[in-house]
Amino acid sequence: MSRLHDMGGRIGDGPVVPDPADAPVFEHDWHARALAVTLACGSLGKWNIDVSRHARERLSPKDYTRFSYYEKWISALADLLVENGVLTREDLRGQGDAGPHVLASRALKAEAVSAVLAKGGPANRDSDIAAAYRPGDRVKTRHPGGSALVDGGHTRLPDYAAGACGEILLQHGAHVLPDSNAHGLGEMPEPLYAVAFKAGELWAHPEHPNDDVVLDLWQSYLQPDPEAAGT
Amino acid sequence: MPHDHSDHPHALLPSDPALRVKALETILTRKGLIEPAALDEIIDTYQNKIGPQNGARVVARAWSDPAFKAALLADADPVLAELGYYGRQGEHMVVVENTPAQHNMVVCTLCSCYPWPLLGIPPGWYKSDAYRARAVREPRRVLADFGVTLPADTAVRVWDSTAEVRYLVLPMRPQGTAGLDEPALAALVSRDSMIGTALVGAPQSNSEAPA
Repeated sequence: MSRLHDMGGRIGDGPVVPDPADAPVFEHDWHARALAVTLACGSLGKWNIDVSRHARERLSPKDYTRFSYYEKWISALADLLVENGVLTREDLRGQGDAGPHVLASRALKAEAVSAVLAKGGPANRDSDIAAAYRPGDRVKTRHPGGSALVDGGHTRLPDYAAGACGEILLQHGAHVLPDSNAHGLGEMPEPLYAVAFKAGELWAHPEHPNDDVVLDLWQSYLQPDPEAAGT
Repeated sequence: MPHDHSDHPHALLPSDPALRVKALETILTRKGLIEPAALDEIIDTYQNKIGPQNGARVVARAWSDPAFKAALLADADPVLAELGYYGRQGEHMVVVENTPAQHNMVVCTLCSCYPWPLLGIPPGWYKSDAYRARAVREPRRVLADFGVTLPADTAVRVWDSTAEVRYLVLPMRPQGTAGLDEPALAALVSRDSMIGTALVGAPQSNSEAPA
């Protein structure tokens, strides 16, 4: 079983409601502040993007369901700040110390914002792990799904694609493995591929036989497709 | 289970989300951990500087310049870097081309991954449960929610952004645009057409074409 964020293929959500053409970038001011506070706190250097994603996924199912998008961001951020010793529970209660923090020298400065955003956080790395597959190779994803490294841990293999057979479409080089990086186990970079799955391989009632879904999947999520062996 | 606990620290903040953000911002500012001017700068960047107009310029250029388009489809990152479109949430770009045989559509079922340097901050619908849940299983019904119907002989390919690679759809150039320059073409390109939930229509202002 997975967590609630892993919702690809779920039935029952109703229509997608497109935003009006003139919808603002941020529906409310606090949405913009939530995004900005979250990005700025990244500069404190206490976590990485995979830890941050996992913090949102770890919100309790009840909170994940009832929180709006930016509520998830700000709540997960508060959790991360306490878990990583940046803030205390007393701080969140409004009863903490005032005055400069030991990490204050790392605070993102206004004049550094454009450079930090332009730099981003590339995920490609050199890796000792050789690419085992080439475009056109048939592969099968891990089954059961979920993290192979940590029980209940972070992974980017959606449940709907676990145990499915597909074809390597693109090689992306080697990228940081989120399953490891989200848990402080190191970046463990390994080859990453775009893998195409026929809709009929994933869904009992595909809309069209020629449709497919492409996912970016790490080499350790894959094995050679046993059905394709020797072909 | 890792780090799962029933008493999440966030519950100590006010429950109203606007107040929750304000409270955390105040605490962090007092301790010198964030600088309000830096927050304003981040917001200004995504509200006013970076948005779908960037992606539209890339699409218009690809429609106008075959060599540019070939280079963009083969290896987007150096091509986009030359135009100044790079950085956070666009570190590894792949551009996928719509053709009469194949329509491309982008989703992130696990969160809300999106090519920020080219399209800005994702719209509400892109982050909605309905889009995340349904796009991979029933993309044609989702397209119908946007008023888009594809021919039966057009295959739909949905890209689920599960890694740090970000995808931009290169929509098909509409008929009746042969004489248009790049700025005029860019004005036709909607954000949704670069996610794959809209097509690019012919120019509306052409007086010789009936509506």
